[in-house]
Amino acid sequence: MNPVVMQLTLRGLLGRRRALLMLLLPVLLLLLAGLIRWASEADVFATVALTDDFALGTLLPLMCLLIGTGVIGSEIDDGSIVYLLAKPLPRRTILLSKLVVAWGAAFVFAVLPLVAAIEIAGDDGGRLGLAYGVAATLAAVAYTSIFVALSVVTRNAVIIGLLYALLWETVLGGYVPGISNVSVRQWALAAAEAILGDRAYVWSVLSAVGLTAALGLLAATTVASVVLAVRRLETLRLTTGD
Amino acid sequence: MPATDPVPARGPGPGAPVPSPGPTPGDDVIHDIGFRHYDGERLGRGWVARSLLVETVRGIFGLGRPARSKAMPWSLIGILLVPPLIMALSILLTGAEELPTSYTQYPNALSIVVSLFVAGAAPYCVSRDLRHGVMPLYLSRPMMRTDYVLAKFAGLALSVFGVLALAQTLLLVGALLAKLSVGPQVVGWLGGLLVSAVLAVLLSALTLVVAAFTPRRGLGVAAIITILVVLSGVAEMLTAVARDRGLTTAAQYLPALDPFNLVDGIAVRLLGADSARAHDVPPGILGGLTFVLVTAAVVAGCLGLLIRRYRKVGVV
Repeated sequence: MNPVVMQLTLRGLLGRRRALLMLLLPVLLLLLAGLIRWASEADVFATVALTDDFALGTLLPLMCLLIGTGVIGSEIDDGSIVYLLAKPLPRRTILLSKLVVAWGAAFVFAVLPLVAAIEIAGDDGGRLGLAYGVAATLAAVAYTSIFVALSVVTRNAVIIGLLYALLWETVLGGYVPGISNVSVRQWALAAAEAILGDRAYVWSVLSAVGLTAALGLLAATTVASVVLAVRRLETLRLTTGD
Repeated sequence: MPATDPVPARGPGPGAPVPSPGPTPGDDVIHDIGFRHYDGERLGRGWVARSLLVETVRGIFGLGRPARSKAMPWSLIGILLVPPLIMALSILLTGAEELPTSYTQYPNALSIVVSLFVAGAAPYCVSRDLRHGVMPLYLSRPMMRTDYVLAKFAGLALSVFGVLALAQTLLLVGALLAKLSVGPQVVGWLGGLLVSAVLAVLLSALTLVVAAFTPRRGLGVAAIITILVVLSGVAEMLTAVARDRGLTTAAQYLPALDPFNLVDGIAVRLLGADSARAHDVPPGILGGLTFVLVTAAVVAGCLGLLIRRYRKVGVV
Protein backbone atom coordinates (compact mmCIF):
# COMPACT_ATOMS: atom_id res chain seq x y z
CA MET A 1 0.00 0.00 0.00
CA ASN A 2 1.27 3.40 -0.92
CA PRO A 3 -0.41 6.43 0.65
CA VAL A 4 0.38 8.73 -2.26
CA VAL A 5 -1.20 6.41 -4.81
CA MET A 6 -4.21 6.02 -2.55
CA GLN A 7 -4.56 9.75 -2.17
CA LEU A 8 -4.30 10.31 -5.93
CA THR A 9 -6.84 7.59 -6.58
CA LEU A 10 -9.25 9.03 -4.09
CA ARG A 11 -8.92 12.46 -5.63
CA GLY A 12 -9.48 11.06 -9.10
CA LEU A 13 -12.51 9.16 -7.89
CA LEU A 14 -14.22 11.96 -6.05
CA GLY A 15 -13.00 15.03 -7.87
CA ARG A 16 -14.98 14.70 -11.07
CA ARG A 17 -18.46 14.24 -12.41
CA ARG A 18 -18.34 10.62 -11.32
CA ALA A 19 -18.68 11.85 -7.75
CA LEU A 20 -21.97 13.48 -8.65
CA LEU A 21 -23.39 10.15 -9.74
CA MET A 22 -21.92 8.43 -6.68
CA LEU A 23 -23.61 10.89 -4.36
CA LEU A 24 -26.91 11.04 -6.24
CA LEU A 25 -27.57 7.32 -6.19
CA PRO A 26 -27.39 6.87 -2.38
CA VAL A 27 -29.56 9.97 -1.89
CA LEU A 28 -32.09 8.51 -4.31
CA LEU A 29 -32.08 5.24 -2.40
CA LEU A 30 -32.69 7.00 0.90
CA LEU A 31 -35.55 9.02 -0.60
CA LEU A 32 -37.11 5.85 -1.96
CA ALA A 33 -36.74 4.22 1.43
CA GLY A 34 -38.60 7.11 3.01
CA LEU A 35 -41.40 6.77 0.45
CA ILE A 36 -41.61 3.03 1.05
CA ARG A 37 -41.91 3.60 4.77
CA TRP A 38 -44.72 6.09 4.16
CA ALA A 39 -46.50 3.67 1.81
CA SER A 40 -46.13 0.44 3.75
CA GLU A 41 -45.98 1.83 7.30
CA ALA A 42 -42.57 0.26 8.06
CA ASP A 43 -43.52 -3.18 6.86
CA VAL A 44 -40.52 -5.54 6.86
CA PHE A 45 -41.68 -7.27 3.69
CA ALA A 46 -41.66 -3.99 1.77
CA THR A 47 -38.12 -3.37 3.04
CA VAL A 48 -37.03 -6.79 1.84
CA ALA A 49 -38.57 -6.09 -1.58
CA LEU A 50 -36.79 -2.72 -1.83
CA THR A 51 -33.46 -4.17 -0.76
CA ASP A 52 -33.59 -7.33 -2.82
CA ASP A 53 -34.83 -5.87 -6.10
CA PHE A 54 -33.35 -2.43 -6.11
CA ALA A 55 -30.65 -1.81 -3.51
CA LEU A 56 -28.79 -5.11 -3.56
CA GLY A 57 -29.80 -6.26 -7.03
CA THR A 58 -29.31 -3.11 -9.07
CA LEU A 59 -27.78 -0.25 -7.15
CA LEU A 60 -24.94 -2.09 -5.43
CA PRO A 61 -23.44 -3.60 -8.61
CA LEU A 62 -23.86 -0.28 -10.40
CA MET A 63 -22.06 1.62 -7.64
CA CYS A 64 -19.29 -0.97 -7.50
CA LEU A 65 -18.96 -0.73 -11.27
CA LEU A 66 -18.71 3.06 -11.14
CA ILE A 67 -16.11 2.84 -8.40
CA GLY A 68 -14.19 -0.13 -9.77
CA THR A 69 -13.80 1.37 -13.21
CA GLY A 70 -13.26 4.82 -11.74
CA VAL A 71 -10.18 3.94 -9.72
CA ILE A 72 -8.22 2.53 -12.64
CA GLY A 73 -10.30 2.24 -15.82
CA SER A 74 -10.43 5.92 -16.67
CA GLU A 75 -6.67 6.27 -16.16
CA ILE A 76 -6.01 3.39 -18.53
CA ASP A 77 -8.53 4.88 -20.94
CA ASP A 78 -6.82 8.24 -21.22
CA GLY A 79 -3.32 6.81 -20.96
CA SER A 80 -2.32 8.74 -17.86
CA ILE A 81 -1.67 5.43 -16.08
CA VAL A 82 1.83 5.41 -17.66
CA TYR A 83 2.96 8.20 -15.36
CA LEU A 84 1.99 6.08 -12.39
CA LEU A 85 3.44 2.86 -13.78
CA ALA A 86 6.73 4.62 -14.54
CA LYS A 87 7.32 5.28 -10.84
CA PRO A 88 9.64 2.88 -9.01
CA LEU A 89 6.77 1.08 -7.33
CA PRO A 90 5.83 -2.56 -7.71
CA ARG A 91 2.69 -2.75 -9.82
CA ARG A 92 1.28 -5.01 -7.14
CA THR A 93 1.46 -2.09 -4.72
CA ILE A 94 -0.20 0.25 -7.20
CA LEU A 95 -3.08 -2.11 -7.82
CA LEU A 96 -3.59 -3.00 -4.17
CA SER A 97 -3.58 0.67 -3.15
CA LYS A 98 -6.23 1.41 -5.75
CA LEU A 99 -8.24 -1.63 -4.73
CA VAL A 100 -8.23 -0.63 -1.06
CA VAL A 101 -9.52 2.82 -2.00
CA ALA A 102 -12.21 1.17 -4.14
CA TRP A 103 -13.27 -1.09 -1.29
CA GLY A 104 -13.44 1.83 1.10
CA ALA A 105 -15.46 3.93 -1.34
CA ALA A 106 -17.81 1.03 -2.01
CA PHE A 107 -18.37 0.63 1.70
CA VAL A 108 -19.04 4.31 2.28
CA PHE A 109 -21.12 5.02 -0.83
CA ALA A 110 -22.91 1.72 -1.34
CA VAL A 111 -23.05 -0.38 1.83
CA LEU A 112 -23.70 2.31 4.42
CA PRO A 113 -26.55 3.92 2.42
CA LEU A 114 -28.04 0.47 1.95
CA VAL A 115 -28.08 -0.18 5.68
CA ALA A 116 -29.44 3.31 6.31
CA ALA A 117 -32.16 2.72 3.72
CA ILE A 118 -33.19 -0.48 5.47
CA GLU A 119 -33.40 1.29 8.80
CA ILE A 120 -35.46 4.09 7.24
CA ALA A 121 -37.80 1.79 5.35
CA GLY A 122 -38.54 -0.33 8.40
CA ASP A 123 -36.52 -2.96 10.23
CA ASP A 124 -37.17 -5.57 12.87
CA GLY A 125 -34.86 -4.40 15.64
CA GLY A 126 -31.83 -4.05 13.39
CA ARG A 127 -31.76 -7.70 12.31
CA LEU A 128 -32.41 -7.00 8.67
CA GLY A 129 -29.92 -4.16 8.64
CA LEU A 130 -27.19 -6.37 10.09
CA ALA A 131 -27.88 -9.30 7.77
CA TYR A 132 -28.08 -7.20 4.62
CA GLY A 133 -25.16 -5.08 5.77
CA VAL A 134 -22.92 -8.15 5.98
CA ALA A 135 -24.23 -9.47 2.67
CA ALA A 136 -23.73 -6.11 0.97
CA THR A 137 -20.19 -5.79 2.34
CA LEU A 138 -19.25 -9.22 1.02
CA ALA A 139 -20.89 -8.50 -2.33
CA ALA A 140 -19.23 -5.08 -2.56
CA VAL A 141 -15.76 -6.54 -1.96
CA ALA A 142 -16.27 -9.20 -4.62
CA TYR A 143 -17.94 -6.91 -7.17
CA THR A 144 -15.34 -4.18 -6.79
CA SER A 145 -12.47 -6.65 -7.20
CA ILE A 146 -14.09 -8.18 -10.28
CA PHE A 147 -14.72 -4.81 -11.89
CA VAL A 148 -11.20 -3.53 -11.13
CA ALA A 149 -9.80 -6.69 -12.74
CA LEU A 150 -12.13 -6.23 -15.71
CA SER A 151 -11.00 -2.65 -16.25
CA VAL A 152 -7.38 -3.77 -16.35
CA VAL A 153 -8.15 -6.64 -18.72
CA THR A 154 -10.42 -4.94 -21.25
CA ARG A 155 -11.40 -1.51 -22.46
CA ASN A 156 -15.02 -2.57 -22.58
CA ALA A 157 -15.03 -3.22 -18.83
CA VAL A 158 -18.13 -1.17 -18.19
CA ILE A 159 -20.32 -2.95 -20.72
CA ILE A 160 -19.06 -6.43 -19.86
CA GLY A 161 -19.48 -5.72 -16.16
CA LEU A 162 -23.02 -4.53 -16.76
CA LEU A 163 -23.84 -7.54 -18.90
CA TYR A 164 -22.73 -9.70 -15.99
CA ALA A 165 -24.38 -7.72 -13.20
CA LEU A 166 -27.68 -7.01 -14.93
CA LEU A 167 -28.27 -9.59 -17.61
CA TRP A 168 -26.57 -12.62 -16.13
CA GLU A 169 -27.46 -12.22 -12.48
CA THR A 170 -30.87 -10.59 -12.72
CA VAL A 171 -32.53 -11.65 -15.96
CA LEU A 172 -30.95 -14.99 -16.84
CA GLY A 173 -30.81 -15.99 -13.17
CA GLY A 174 -34.59 -15.73 -13.17
CA TYR A 175 -35.00 -18.18 -16.07
CA VAL A 176 -32.18 -20.68 -15.67
CA PRO A 177 -31.88 -21.94 -12.07
CA GLY A 178 -28.28 -23.11 -12.49
CA ILE A 179 -27.10 -19.58 -13.26
CA SER A 180 -28.01 -18.35 -9.81
CA ASN A 181 -25.32 -20.64 -8.43
CA VAL A 182 -22.73 -18.55 -10.27
CA SER A 183 -23.79 -15.17 -8.97
CA VAL A 184 -22.08 -12.88 -6.49
CA ARG A 185 -25.48 -11.71 -5.32
CA GLN A 186 -26.64 -15.20 -4.39
CA TRP A 187 -23.37 -15.96 -2.60
CA ALA A 188 -23.71 -12.80 -0.56
CA LEU A 189 -27.35 -13.56 0.20
CA ALA A 190 -26.26 -16.88 1.72
CA ALA A 191 -24.59 -14.88 4.49
CA ALA A 192 -27.76 -12.87 5.09
CA GLU A 193 -29.78 -16.07 5.19
CA ALA A 194 -27.44 -17.61 7.76
CA ILE A 195 -27.55 -14.51 9.98
CA LEU A 196 -31.32 -14.25 9.89
CA GLY A 197 -31.78 -17.91 10.78
CA ASP A 198 -35.44 -18.94 10.92
CA ARG A 199 -36.67 -15.48 10.00
CA ALA A 200 -35.01 -15.84 6.61
CA TYR A 201 -37.81 -18.19 5.57
CA VAL A 202 -40.52 -15.84 6.83
CA TRP A 203 -39.11 -12.86 4.98
CA SER A 204 -37.93 -15.05 2.08
CA VAL A 205 -34.35 -13.80 2.19
CA LEU A 206 -33.19 -17.01 0.57
CA SER A 207 -30.08 -17.91 -1.35
CA ALA A 208 -29.55 -20.60 -3.95
CA VAL A 209 -26.26 -21.75 -2.41
CA GLY A 210 -25.13 -23.01 0.98
CA LEU A 211 -23.13 -20.80 3.33
CA THR A 212 -19.79 -22.61 3.20
CA ALA A 213 -19.83 -22.90 -0.57
CA ALA A 214 -20.88 -19.27 -0.87
CA LEU A 215 -18.10 -17.91 1.34
CA GLY A 216 -15.55 -20.12 -0.38
CA LEU A 217 -16.68 -18.96 -3.81
CA LEU A 218 -16.69 -15.31 -2.74
CA ALA A 219 -13.15 -15.59 -1.40
CA ALA A 220 -11.96 -17.50 -4.45
CA THR A 221 -13.50 -14.99 -6.86
CA THR A 222 -12.02 -12.03 -5.01
CA VAL A 223 -8.54 -13.53 -4.79
CA ALA A 224 -8.63 -14.68 -8.41
CA SER A 225 -9.70 -11.21 -9.57
CA VAL A 226 -6.92 -9.53 -7.60
CA VAL A 227 -4.28 -11.95 -8.88
CA LEU A 228 -5.52 -11.56 -12.44
CA ALA A 229 -5.55 -7.77 -12.16
CA VAL A 230 -1.99 -7.70 -10.80
CA ARG A 231 -0.73 -10.06 -13.49
CA ARG A 232 -2.38 -8.06 -16.26
CA LEU A 233 -1.18 -4.74 -14.89
CA GLU A 234 2.37 -6.08 -14.86
CA THR A 235 2.16 -6.67 -18.60
CA LEU A 236 -0.21 -3.86 -19.52
CA ARG A 237 -0.13 -2.75 -23.13
CA LEU A 238 -1.53 0.65 -23.80
CA THR A 239 -3.63 0.82 -26.91
CA THR A 240 -4.71 4.12 -28.29
CA GLY A 241 -7.68 4.70 -30.47
CA ASP A 242 -11.37 5.20 -29.99
CA MET B 1 25.63 20.94 -47.59
CA PRO B 2 22.09 20.68 -46.31
CA ALA B 3 22.34 24.23 -45.08
CA THR B 4 22.62 25.60 -48.60
CA ASP B 5 19.91 23.40 -50.01
CA PRO B 6 16.74 25.26 -50.87
CA VAL B 7 13.65 24.30 -49.01
CA PRO B 8 12.29 21.12 -50.59
CA ALA B 9 9.18 21.39 -52.66
CA ARG B 10 6.88 21.35 -49.65
CA GLY B 11 5.78 24.94 -49.80
CA PRO B 12 5.42 27.18 -52.81
CA GLY B 13 9.06 27.68 -53.84
CA PRO B 14 10.15 30.69 -55.87
CA GLY B 15 9.95 28.72 -59.12
CA ALA B 16 6.76 26.86 -58.38
CA PRO B 17 3.48 28.12 -59.73
CA VAL B 18 1.86 30.30 -57.15
CA PRO B 19 -1.41 28.75 -55.98
CA SER B 20 -4.29 31.10 -55.67
CA PRO B 21 -4.81 31.36 -51.94
CA GLY B 22 -7.81 32.74 -50.16
CA PRO B 23 -11.44 31.86 -50.40
CA THR B 24 -13.53 32.14 -53.48
CA PRO B 25 -15.50 35.37 -53.39
CA GLY B 26 -18.52 35.29 -51.16
CA ASP B 27 -17.51 32.03 -49.53
CA ASP B 28 -15.99 32.84 -46.15
CA VAL B 29 -14.93 29.32 -45.33
CA ILE B 30 -11.45 28.05 -44.55
CA HIS B 31 -10.62 25.40 -47.10
CA ASP B 32 -7.27 26.17 -48.60
CA ILE B 33 -4.83 26.08 -45.74
CA GLY B 34 -1.82 26.36 -47.98
CA PHE B 35 -0.55 22.81 -48.11
CA ARG B 36 -2.24 21.62 -51.21
CA HIS B 37 -4.39 23.31 -53.71
CA TYR B 38 -7.87 22.01 -54.38
CA ASP B 39 -9.80 22.78 -57.53
CA GLY B 40 -12.63 20.27 -57.32
CA GLU B 41 -16.23 20.90 -56.53
CA ARG B 42 -17.14 22.07 -53.04
CA LEU B 43 -19.99 19.85 -51.93
CA GLY B 44 -21.24 22.18 -49.23
CA ARG B 45 -23.20 22.04 -46.04
CA GLY B 46 -25.67 19.30 -46.86
CA TRP B 47 -22.95 16.94 -47.97
CA VAL B 48 -20.91 17.53 -44.81
CA ALA B 49 -23.94 16.69 -42.68
CA ARG B 50 -24.62 13.61 -44.77
CA SER B 51 -21.03 12.39 -44.47
CA LEU B 52 -21.10 12.98 -40.73
CA LEU B 53 -24.29 10.92 -40.45
CA VAL B 54 -22.85 8.06 -42.52
CA GLU B 55 -19.61 8.04 -40.54
CA THR B 56 -21.56 8.05 -37.27
CA VAL B 57 -23.56 5.00 -38.31
CA ARG B 58 -20.44 3.21 -39.55
CA GLY B 59 -18.58 4.06 -36.35
CA ILE B 60 -21.37 2.74 -34.12
CA PHE B 61 -21.19 -0.63 -35.83
CA GLY B 62 -17.40 -0.53 -36.04
CA LEU B 63 -17.42 -0.75 -39.85
CA GLY B 64 -14.11 0.26 -41.32
CA ARG B 65 -12.52 0.07 -37.90
CA PRO B 66 -10.40 -2.63 -36.27
CA ALA B 67 -11.99 -5.78 -34.87
CA ARG B 68 -11.55 -4.39 -31.37
CA SER B 69 -14.22 -1.76 -32.06
CA LYS B 70 -16.55 -4.27 -33.68
CA ALA B 71 -16.59 -6.71 -30.77
CA MET B 72 -18.96 -4.87 -28.44
CA PRO B 73 -21.72 -3.65 -30.76
CA TRP B 74 -21.92 -6.91 -32.64
CA SER B 75 -21.97 -9.13 -29.57
CA LEU B 76 -24.85 -7.02 -28.20
CA ILE B 77 -26.65 -7.28 -31.54
CA GLY B 78 -26.05 -11.02 -31.39
CA ILE B 79 -27.66 -11.17 -27.95
CA LEU B 80 -30.62 -9.20 -29.32
CA LEU B 81 -31.07 -11.57 -32.23
CA VAL B 82 -30.93 -14.85 -30.29
CA PRO B 83 -34.38 -14.65 -28.61
CA PRO B 84 -36.28 -14.35 -31.95
CA LEU B 85 -34.63 -17.58 -33.09
CA ILE B 86 -35.56 -19.32 -29.84
CA MET B 87 -39.11 -18.02 -30.08
CA ALA B 88 -39.46 -19.18 -33.68
CA LEU B 89 -38.20 -22.62 -32.67
CA SER B 90 -40.54 -22.77 -29.70
CA ILE B 91 -43.66 -22.00 -31.74
CA LEU B 92 -42.53 -24.53 -34.33
CA LEU B 93 -42.16 -27.20 -31.68
CA THR B 94 -45.23 -26.43 -29.57
CA GLY B 95 -47.51 -25.40 -32.44
CA ALA B 96 -48.56 -22.23 -30.62
CA GLU B 97 -50.95 -19.80 -32.28
CA GLU B 98 -48.98 -16.64 -31.57
CA LEU B 99 -45.54 -15.41 -30.62
CA PRO B 100 -44.73 -15.73 -26.89
CA THR B 101 -43.50 -12.11 -26.94
CA SER B 102 -45.30 -9.81 -29.36
CA TYR B 103 -43.49 -7.39 -31.66
CA THR B 104 -44.28 -4.38 -29.51
CA GLN B 105 -43.23 -6.16 -26.32
CA TYR B 106 -39.92 -7.30 -27.72
CA PRO B 107 -37.77 -4.15 -27.21
CA ASN B 108 -39.16 -3.92 -23.69
CA ALA B 109 -38.40 -7.52 -22.83
CA LEU B 110 -34.75 -6.98 -23.80
CA SER B 111 -34.56 -3.45 -22.44
CA ILE B 112 -31.24 -4.07 -20.70
CA VAL B 113 -29.51 -5.14 -23.89
CA VAL B 114 -31.04 -2.26 -25.85
CA SER B 115 -29.93 0.14 -23.11
CA LEU B 116 -26.41 -1.28 -23.21
CA PHE B 117 -26.25 -0.89 -26.98
CA VAL B 118 -27.34 2.74 -26.81
CA ALA B 119 -25.07 3.37 -23.82
CA GLY B 120 -22.11 2.05 -25.80
CA ALA B 121 -23.00 3.92 -28.96
CA ALA B 122 -23.93 7.40 -27.69
CA PRO B 123 -20.55 8.25 -26.09
CA TYR B 124 -18.88 6.88 -29.19
CA CYS B 125 -20.79 9.46 -31.25
CA VAL B 126 -19.98 12.61 -29.34
CA SER B 127 -17.56 12.09 -26.45
CA ARG B 128 -14.37 11.63 -28.46
CA ASP B 129 -14.85 14.75 -30.53
CA LEU B 130 -15.29 16.79 -27.36
CA ARG B 131 -12.47 15.10 -25.51
CA HIS B 132 -9.85 15.42 -28.22
CA GLY B 133 -10.85 19.00 -28.93
CA VAL B 134 -11.48 18.51 -32.63
CA MET B 135 -14.77 20.38 -32.72
CA PRO B 136 -13.09 23.51 -34.20
CA LEU B 137 -12.03 21.36 -37.17
CA TYR B 138 -15.62 20.38 -37.84
CA LEU B 139 -16.82 23.90 -37.33
CA SER B 140 -14.32 25.34 -39.81
CA ARG B 141 -16.25 23.57 -42.56
CA PRO B 142 -19.42 24.95 -44.06
CA MET B 143 -21.53 23.33 -41.38
CA MET B 144 -23.52 24.81 -38.56
CA ARG B 145 -23.33 23.61 -34.99
CA THR B 146 -26.94 22.51 -35.27
CA ASP B 147 -26.08 20.38 -38.28
CA TYR B 148 -23.48 18.54 -36.26
CA VAL B 149 -25.90 17.85 -33.43
CA LEU B 150 -28.70 16.76 -35.73
CA ALA B 151 -26.42 14.58 -37.85
CA LYS B 152 -25.09 12.77 -34.78
CA PHE B 153 -28.61 12.40 -33.40
CA ALA B 154 -29.97 11.07 -36.69
CA GLY B 155 -27.05 8.66 -37.01
CA LEU B 156 -27.56 7.25 -33.53
CA ALA B 157 -31.34 7.01 -33.89
CA LEU B 158 -31.04 5.32 -37.29
CA SER B 159 -28.55 2.77 -35.92
CA VAL B 160 -30.68 1.90 -32.91
CA PHE B 161 -33.77 1.67 -35.09
CA GLY B 162 -31.88 -0.54 -37.54
CA VAL B 163 -30.87 -2.97 -34.83
CA LEU B 164 -34.38 -3.13 -33.36
CA ALA B 165 -35.96 -3.46 -36.82
CA LEU B 166 -33.60 -6.31 -37.63
CA ALA B 167 -34.73 -8.18 -34.52
CA GLN B 168 -38.40 -7.50 -35.32
CA THR B 169 -37.93 -8.71 -38.87
CA LEU B 170 -36.31 -11.88 -37.61
CA LEU B 171 -39.34 -12.37 -35.36
CA LEU B 172 -41.61 -11.92 -38.41
CA VAL B 173 -39.61 -14.38 -40.49
CA GLY B 174 -39.73 -16.91 -37.67
CA ALA B 175 -43.47 -16.44 -37.26
CA LEU B 176 -44.12 -16.81 -40.98
CA LEU B 177 -41.92 -19.90 -41.25
CA ALA B 178 -43.95 -21.41 -38.41
CA LYS B 179 -47.02 -20.80 -40.61
CA LEU B 180 -48.76 -18.29 -38.38
CA SER B 181 -51.36 -16.33 -40.38
CA VAL B 182 -49.69 -13.67 -42.51
CA GLY B 183 -52.07 -10.71 -42.09
CA PRO B 184 -51.98 -10.25 -38.30
CA GLN B 185 -48.26 -10.95 -38.22
CA VAL B 186 -47.45 -8.24 -40.77
CA VAL B 187 -49.70 -5.78 -38.95
CA GLY B 188 -47.98 -6.65 -35.67
CA TRP B 189 -44.60 -6.27 -37.32
CA LEU B 190 -45.50 -2.80 -38.61
CA GLY B 191 -46.62 -1.85 -35.10
CA GLY B 192 -43.33 -3.19 -33.77
CA LEU B 193 -41.41 -1.08 -36.27
CA LEU B 194 -43.32 2.02 -35.17
CA VAL B 195 -42.57 1.29 -31.52
CA SER B 196 -38.91 0.68 -32.38
CA ALA B 197 -38.71 4.00 -34.22
CA VAL B 198 -40.21 5.96 -31.32
CA LEU B 199 -37.98 4.15 -28.84
CA ALA B 200 -34.88 4.75 -30.94
CA VAL B 201 -35.57 8.48 -31.22
CA LEU B 202 -36.37 8.83 -27.52
CA LEU B 203 -33.37 6.84 -26.29
CA SER B 204 -30.98 8.55 -28.69
CA ALA B 205 -32.04 12.01 -27.59
CA LEU B 206 -31.76 11.15 -23.90
CA THR B 207 -28.42 9.38 -24.11
CA LEU B 208 -26.77 11.93 -26.40
CA VAL B 209 -27.39 14.64 -23.83
CA VAL B 210 -25.69 12.60 -21.11
CA ALA B 211 -22.83 11.68 -23.44
CA ALA B 212 -22.30 15.31 -24.46
CA PHE B 213 -21.79 16.24 -20.82
CA THR B 214 -19.37 13.37 -20.06
CA PRO B 215 -16.35 13.67 -22.33
CA ARG B 216 -14.74 10.53 -20.90
CA ARG B 217 -16.08 7.57 -22.80
CA GLY B 218 -16.02 5.05 -19.93
CA LEU B 219 -17.83 7.40 -17.60
CA GLY B 220 -20.33 8.25 -20.32
CA VAL B 221 -21.25 4.59 -20.77
CA ALA B 222 -21.56 4.09 -17.03
CA ALA B 223 -23.58 7.28 -16.53
CA ILE B 224 -26.05 6.47 -19.30
CA ILE B 225 -26.68 2.93 -18.18
CA THR B 226 -26.94 4.00 -14.55
CA ILE B 227 -29.53 6.61 -15.44
CA LEU B 228 -31.58 4.20 -17.57
CA VAL B 229 -31.46 1.34 -15.08
CA VAL B 230 -32.10 3.54 -12.06
CA LEU B 231 -34.99 5.29 -13.82
CA SER B 232 -36.58 1.93 -14.51
CA GLY B 233 -36.03 0.73 -10.92
CA VAL B 234 -37.37 3.96 -9.43
CA ALA B 235 -40.40 3.90 -11.72
CA GLU B 236 -41.12 0.34 -10.63
CA MET B 237 -40.79 1.17 -6.92
CA LEU B 238 -42.84 4.38 -7.11
CA THR B 239 -45.60 2.60 -9.02
CA ALA B 240 -45.74 -0.06 -6.33
CA VAL B 241 -45.92 2.64 -3.64
CA ALA B 242 -48.70 4.48 -5.47
CA ARG B 243 -50.64 1.25 -5.90
CA ASP B 244 -50.28 0.46 -2.19
CA ARG B 245 -51.66 3.84 -1.23
CA GLY B 246 -54.54 3.53 -3.69
CA LEU B 247 -53.39 6.38 -5.92
CA THR B 248 -54.69 4.86 -9.15
CA THR B 249 -53.98 7.78 -11.45
CA ALA B 250 -50.42 8.12 -10.17
CA ALA B 251 -49.92 4.38 -10.59
CA GLN B 252 -50.91 4.77 -14.23
CA TYR B 253 -48.63 7.67 -15.00
CA LEU B 254 -45.59 6.89 -12.82
CA PRO B 255 -44.29 3.96 -14.92
CA ALA B 256 -43.67 6.48 -17.71
CA LEU B 257 -40.58 7.69 -15.82
CA ASP B 258 -38.88 4.80 -17.56
CA PRO B 259 -38.53 5.55 -21.30
CA PHE B 260 -39.27 1.93 -22.15
CA ASN B 261 -42.57 2.10 -20.27
CA LEU B 262 -43.38 5.41 -21.91
CA VAL B 263 -43.10 3.87 -25.35
CA ASP B 264 -44.94 0.79 -24.12
CA GLY B 265 -47.81 3.00 -22.97
CA ILE B 266 -48.00 4.55 -26.45
CA ALA B 267 -48.13 1.09 -27.99
CA VAL B 268 -50.90 0.01 -25.63
CA ARG B 269 -53.07 3.07 -26.20
CA LEU B 270 -52.51 3.81 -29.85
CA LEU B 271 -51.89 0.34 -31.28
CA GLY B 272 -54.03 -1.64 -28.86
CA ALA B 273 -51.09 -3.91 -28.01
CA ASP B 274 -50.68 -5.79 -24.75
CA SER B 275 -48.46 -4.06 -22.22
CA ALA B 276 -44.99 -5.56 -21.98
CA ARG B 277 -44.71 -5.27 -18.22
CA ALA B 278 -48.34 -5.54 -17.14
CA HIS B 279 -48.47 -1.94 -16.01
CA ASP B 280 -51.67 0.00 -15.78
CA VAL B 281 -51.82 2.54 -18.55
CA PRO B 282 -53.85 5.76 -18.41
CA PRO B 283 -57.21 5.08 -20.00
CA GLY B 284 -58.54 6.26 -23.32
CA ILE B 285 -57.20 8.48 -26.04
CA LEU B 286 -56.26 11.12 -23.49
CA GLY B 287 -53.73 8.80 -21.85
CA GLY B 288 -52.23 7.85 -25.20
CA LEU B 289 -52.04 11.45 -26.29
CA THR B 290 -50.40 12.46 -23.01
CA PHE B 291 -47.74 9.81 -23.52
CA VAL B 292 -47.13 10.90 -27.10
CA LEU B 293 -46.89 14.53 -26.02
CA VAL B 294 -44.50 13.65 -23.19
CA THR B 295 -42.32 11.71 -25.60
CA ALA B 296 -42.26 14.58 -28.07
CA ALA B 297 -41.52 17.05 -25.29
CA VAL B 298 -38.64 14.94 -23.95
CA VAL B 299 -37.09 14.56 -27.39
CA ALA B 300 -37.48 18.25 -28.16
CA GLY B 301 -36.12 19.22 -24.76
CA CYS B 302 -33.10 16.96 -25.13
CA LEU B 303 -32.32 18.28 -28.60
CA GLY B 304 -32.66 21.83 -27.28
CA LEU B 305 -30.24 21.02 -24.46
CA LEU B 306 -27.79 19.48 -26.94
CA ILE B 307 -27.88 22.49 -29.22
CA ARG B 308 -27.38 24.73 -26.19
CA ARG B 309 -24.46 22.58 -25.07
CA TYR B 310 -22.82 22.85 -28.48
CA ARG B 311 -23.29 26.59 -28.76
CA LYS B 312 -20.08 27.19 -26.84
CA VAL B 313 -18.08 24.10 -27.83
CA GLY B 314 -14.91 24.82 -29.73
CA VAL B 315 -14.68 28.44 -28.62
CA VAL B 316 -11.47 28.38 -26.65
